[in-house]
Amino acid sequence: MRLSGAKAIVESLKNEKVDVVFGIPGGMTIPLYDAFYDSDLRHILVRHEQCAAHMADGYARVRGVPGVCTATSGPGATNLVTGIGVAYMDSSPMVAITGQVPRAMIGKDAFQEADIVGITNPITKYGFQITSASEIPDTVKTAFLLASTNRKGPVLIDIPKDVFTEEVNPDSSMKLNMKGYTVRSGEPHPYSIKKALGLILSSERPVIIAGGGVISSNAGKELTQLAETLMAPVATTLMGKGSIPENHPLSVGMLGMHGRVESNMIVESADLLIAVGMRFSDRTTGNLEKFGENAKVIHIDIDPAEIGKNVKVTVPIVADARKSLSTLVARLSEIESKRGESEWSRRVNEMKSHYELKKEAGEGIKPAQLMKLLRDLIPGNAIVTTGVGQNQMWAALHFQVLEPRTFITSGGLGAMGFGLPASIGAKVAAPNRLVFNIDGDGSFIMTEQELATAVEEKIPTVTIILDNRVLGMVRQWQCMFCDKRYSEIDLGNVPDFVKLAESYGAEGVRIESYKEFELAIKRSMEAEVPVVIDVPISADEKVLPMVPPGKRLKEVIW
Amino acid sequence: MMVDEMNIISLAVADRPGVLFKVTSLIRRRGFNIDTIVVGSTEKENVSRITMTMKGDLRVVEQLVKQLSKIPDVIKITELPPSESVYRELALVKVTAQDQSKRSDILNYLTIFRSRVIDASKDSLVVEIVGSPSKINAFLDLMKGFGIIELARTGIVALGRGRSREKEGSE
Repeated sequence: MRLSGAKAIVESLKNEKVDVVFGIPGGMTIPLYDAFYDSDLRHILVRHEQCAAHMADGYARVRGVPGVCTATSGPGATNLVTGIGVAYMDSSPMVAITGQVPRAMIGKDAFQEADIVGITNPITKYGFQITSASEIPDTVKTAFLLASTNRKGPVLIDIPKDVFTEEVNPDSSMKLNMKGYTVRSGEPHPYSIKKALGLILSSERPVIIAGGGVISSNAGKELTQLAETLMAPVATTLMGKGSIPENHPLSVGMLGMHGRVESNMIVESADLLIAVGMRFSDRTTGNLEKFGENAKVIHIDIDPAEIGKNVKVTVPIVADARKSLSTLVARLSEIESKRGESEWSRRVNEMKSHYELKKEAGEGIKPAQLMKLLRDLIPGNAIVTTGVGQNQMWAALHFQVLEPRTFITSGGLGAMGFGLPASIGAKVAAPNRLVFNIDGDGSFIMTEQELATAVEEKIPTVTIILDNRVLGMVRQWQCMFCDKRYSEIDLGNVPDFVKLAESYGAEGVRIESYKEFELAIKRSMEAEVPVVIDVPISADEKVLPMVPPGKRLKEVIW
Repeated sequence: MMVDEMNIISLAVADRPGVLFKVTSLIRRRGFNIDTIVVGSTEKENVSRITMTMKGDLRVVEQLVKQLSKIPDVIKITELPPSESVYRELALVKVTAQDQSKRSDILNYLTIFRSRVIDASKDSLVVEIVGSPSKINAFLDLMKGFGIIELARTGIVALGRGRSREKEGSE
């Protein structure tokens, strides 16, 4: 049976069990959209390609399988770049399909031509440019394999328009030869495990640091088991939130620049750091020279290039987080019984209560209180996405995440505008669960047009805007480090977010008290349209604690 | 260039469009600084070899190798320690040679360095020299005395000696 290249794409996507594609058509993808027309693939028409990528990313982080987005050539493709960058930095699986000018016109600066494979090369695991329709079936298959194995990430497939219309016989399609890529078994090496056990058994003050890799490899249960076996406190990175339920007695919350004080102090007191699926980013470690200077380090990561990249490692375990943790737990249970209370566990508990953030006094709505209230109001399996900036850090600090894959944020790239489209993608992935986007006004306004997508496609998510009418995080830095010289951070009083929401056919509500917030959240959970809850807060609210840039974790301001 | 400081990295890569770009883009993006890079064919069809050299400590080299290994087009990476490898570079030197006595001086040096003249004109000679970078450097130092008009160096190609151990470095 012969197919057009476009039909071959659709068939290949179905072979990969893709059920939804986020995108916008354009000149070079008209043949692809013609093939979508009579396929049963769900297509979600977004209003800006950046958001197609964020939605695919949000979807991927909930489901654990690649999200798919598509855009036309030139500006469509370049608009995807931010979304692909987010997925790359956070190791989120994604397949992005872009249209390209016809083969004969490539390199001639044709209308809407952009070298998207070149542009995205540093932010993709791989970029394919298809040169013949016969390559399509195997390329799509390989793209999904690359995106979803080893350290996950985005893969781009660029397809010239005339390849979409070229005929292909899928049974005699060309085989790609990816000799340089092997899917790792993920099994830890017995020698590394032996060395790690040695360190663990001789440690007195072990601390586990869990990153996004724990969530990516579905290792939450094994992580908690290891923590309980060792009575070891668990600090998480931003991406690791949810790897252990944050109401677990051994959870000490996020560490790092805006981490909790107890979390940073406990990490500084460790004699052994067991770092799992994390990459020692500058936001996590503070001053790298001083980080963990009294501790030995076991680093578990699927990506060998992460070992020793930033921090000197005593024992590396290049393997899957879940497989490594379960092996460690199993071996430990053979050797020693669960650790009970010890001097270390008592000290951890002392630090936890000593540094616990006190309820803030003062006028107006306090973000920390609001986050705690939200946690009490919504179910444990509700999904929370965030914007980027103060809103994100307040959520990270004060909103307890109870299940893996329920906290979705742009950690590595830190792309403002991520929250709303990610919430839409998350809701598509889990239509029966509630999805909340904790956002800031500056962040929300960058992608606010996706309310149109959410309304038209009937994807009801709830956006909570912590609305201080400024670019709050920049303002905070200018306050603390630039002598209050507030430069270009004032966003003014437009728009009215309630009217904005209503103009899209969403519900909008402004709340002035915790009581009104509670009512608004309860109502939003019943809503059949997207809801925007505008929460005016003071521009002087700061994200604290904070480790100033270049300082070590101990030198936290709080 | 001190041989001890030089690290030679040899990559077997898929012979596909864009592979050299993927390799060099990674080197640029991660801030590595290489000295030479050479691309050419190998004994296998569809496999090219990229040979690069860089100075720097082993931690940096290790990180470069690990990052390069992640490129799906990179089939195999071999680190070739200079002491266990053979490596050669070729240079073409156009050198001033107007008067007869200087011309014969140059020709004398050529014998010592086992290099040869491949083109001659009234005013100049083009000399080809093959060897280790340090040998070529020594030769060039001598030629500077006569006046180098133009110079082109290939960068290093290398192979492990005998049955050298090849390190599988690819993901």
